[in-house]
Amino acid sequence: MKKQLMSGNAALGEAAVLSGCTCYFGYPITPQNELTEYMAKRMPEVPGGTFIQSESEIAAINMVLGASVAGARAMTSSSSPGMSLKQEGISYLAADELPAVIINMVRGGPGMGNISPAQSDYLQATRGGGHGDYRTIVLAPSSVQELADAVPVAFDLADSYRNPVIILGDGMLGQMMEPVSFDHIRQEKVYPKDYILTGAKGRPARKIHSLLFDTKLEEEHNWKLFRKYKGMEQNEVRFETFLVDDAEMVVIAYGTSARIAKGAIRRLRQENLKVGLIRPITLWPFPTNIIRETATRVKDFFVFEMSTGQLIEDVRLALEGRGHIHFYGRPGGVIPTPVELFRIVSRHYYQSQQVKK
Amino acid sequence: MKTVYTRPKILKEAHFHYCPGCGHSIVNRLIAEVVEEMDLRDKIICVAPAGCGMLLYNYFDIDTLESAHGRGAAVATGIKRVLPDNVVFSYQGDGDLAAIGTAEGFHAANRGEPITVIFVNNGVYGMTGGQMAPTTMLKQVTTTTPSGRNHIHAGHPVKVCEVFAVLDGTSYLERVAVNKPSAVIKAKKAIAKAFQHQIKKTGFSLVEILSPCPTNWKMGTIQACKWIDEVMVKEFPLGVIKEVK
Repeated sequence: MKKQLMSGNAALGEAAVLSGCTCYFGYPITPQNELTEYMAKRMPEVPGGTFIQSESEIAAINMVLGASVAGARAMTSSSSPGMSLKQEGISYLAADELPAVIINMVRGGPGMGNISPAQSDYLQATRGGGHGDYRTIVLAPSSVQELADAVPVAFDLADSYRNPVIILGDGMLGQMMEPVSFDHIRQEKVYPKDYILTGAKGRPARKIHSLLFDTKLEEEHNWKLFRKYKGMEQNEVRFETFLVDDAEMVVIAYGTSARIAKGAIRRLRQENLKVGLIRPITLWPFPTNIIRETATRVKDFFVFEMSTGQLIEDVRLALEGRGHIHFYGRPGGVIPTPVELFRIVSRHYYQSQQVKK
Repeated sequence: MKTVYTRPKILKEAHFHYCPGCGHSIVNRLIAEVVEEMDLRDKIICVAPAGCGMLLYNYFDIDTLESAHGRGAAVATGIKRVLPDNVVFSYQGDGDLAAIGTAEGFHAANRGEPITVIFVNNGVYGMTGGQMAPTTMLKQVTTTTPSGRNHIHAGHPVKVCEVFAVLDGTSYLERVAVNKPSAVIKAKKAIAKAFQHQIKKTGFSLVEILSPCPTNWKMGTIQACKWIDEVMVKEFPLGVIKEVK
């Protein structure tokens, strides 16, 4: 397997090209510029490839919508403040049932915040983000290789459900360099494109719209989308477990913080503290069942995230009052260390042991 | 018997929702006639706006996408980049193109995207009930300029064609009207010419159409048509603003 050293942002770009993406539209924002710059260089080499540095995030997401309507695999990327601007377009993509892949390399916020890694866009990503009753599938990789691997999955999910898919990373994942292989990445499946607009040659004209003045039709459209989202919840949950079988405390963390948590858990295990990890890979649909099943045996859950507490809401909903939730969060672009987390978790672990005695 | 007037095949057997005396229905028909006469049905794609023109897909028998408010030029850009040999046009009102969608229109024009914008300028937000548009005339009374538009508080009417004319990416910009038969004939020719520019890939094309809105202007239909000649045309002069040959 041939590997090359690449930044996470560039790896996303190469993986997109190999997944059949022919249209990339983006607006510069740190910490994801390496992706936009990679696509500026790479897209002209792709047959039919299009790169536009758009005038805004709003324009970029609408260009994605246009390219998707015309049948292309299209992608845009941004970071937190820019993602706020893209929400209008994502709502329309969901309403129009159009595939698209959107990457958010999250940075500290709210407002301008800073350009350091954060996980504070969790709720925006997992609750739709824009207006209206909709959901997007959210993938949360935790290494450069996983970023690359997430891209073909994201395009396939987008095409098979005709829905926008978000890859939620952060500034650290985007900018760090790791060895990555693209050997296995290719566009495998061909999806029916019987809805796209190409000019009505030899067929009735098609229309794609989200305006439904008739409230009954709008309601039915909402229920139709709801049924689609239920299907995603049943079929698309992805997660990883790490040392959970004998654990007395289970950390729940995703992306960069899951990686930090693994480092901390290795140290905890050296001290014979029985701590494991459940790592959601899809943040929506959320791996509710594995957490609920684990709660039949484990009492203590430890939510760790780089925010003041957003993932914790889904853990609460999953546990439905069972178990005890511990929490450690560092917002604002601070990257906690494994040693720091090791100390915090071990303190909570010993306190829980005292309570149990 | 010789047929002298009939419904263009591109126009479906549907009733327009437009108010009596509204210019949109004329513009819709002109586009349908041009699409039919230029034999474009097989390869034309329409981007409909938010606003009074948003139900175009109920009238046109051509592939149509409804865009978010103001984003027509960006969406049309995305379509055109994937399908460069198709004809792609966005249909936009004055609020859509000259307020909320200024950036998208301006930059599509500046990039010289070979798309066409049919820009219907009636000087008000029609669908939302007659608020001030960027193209509202000075002293014109609207629901949000109850004492008339005052440039000190509300700025001046935006001249889209003149603004776009300084951009090197624009190929064809013409301002026309649909308030009388002679103007309607010129409007149709302008739409056809804009599509021809797109097919030749010479750059961005736009036809601005001064269009009566008797309902929100609080005028009779004939008075509204006269008002275009007597007032609007003085601010928005008709004719070819730019043509790259």
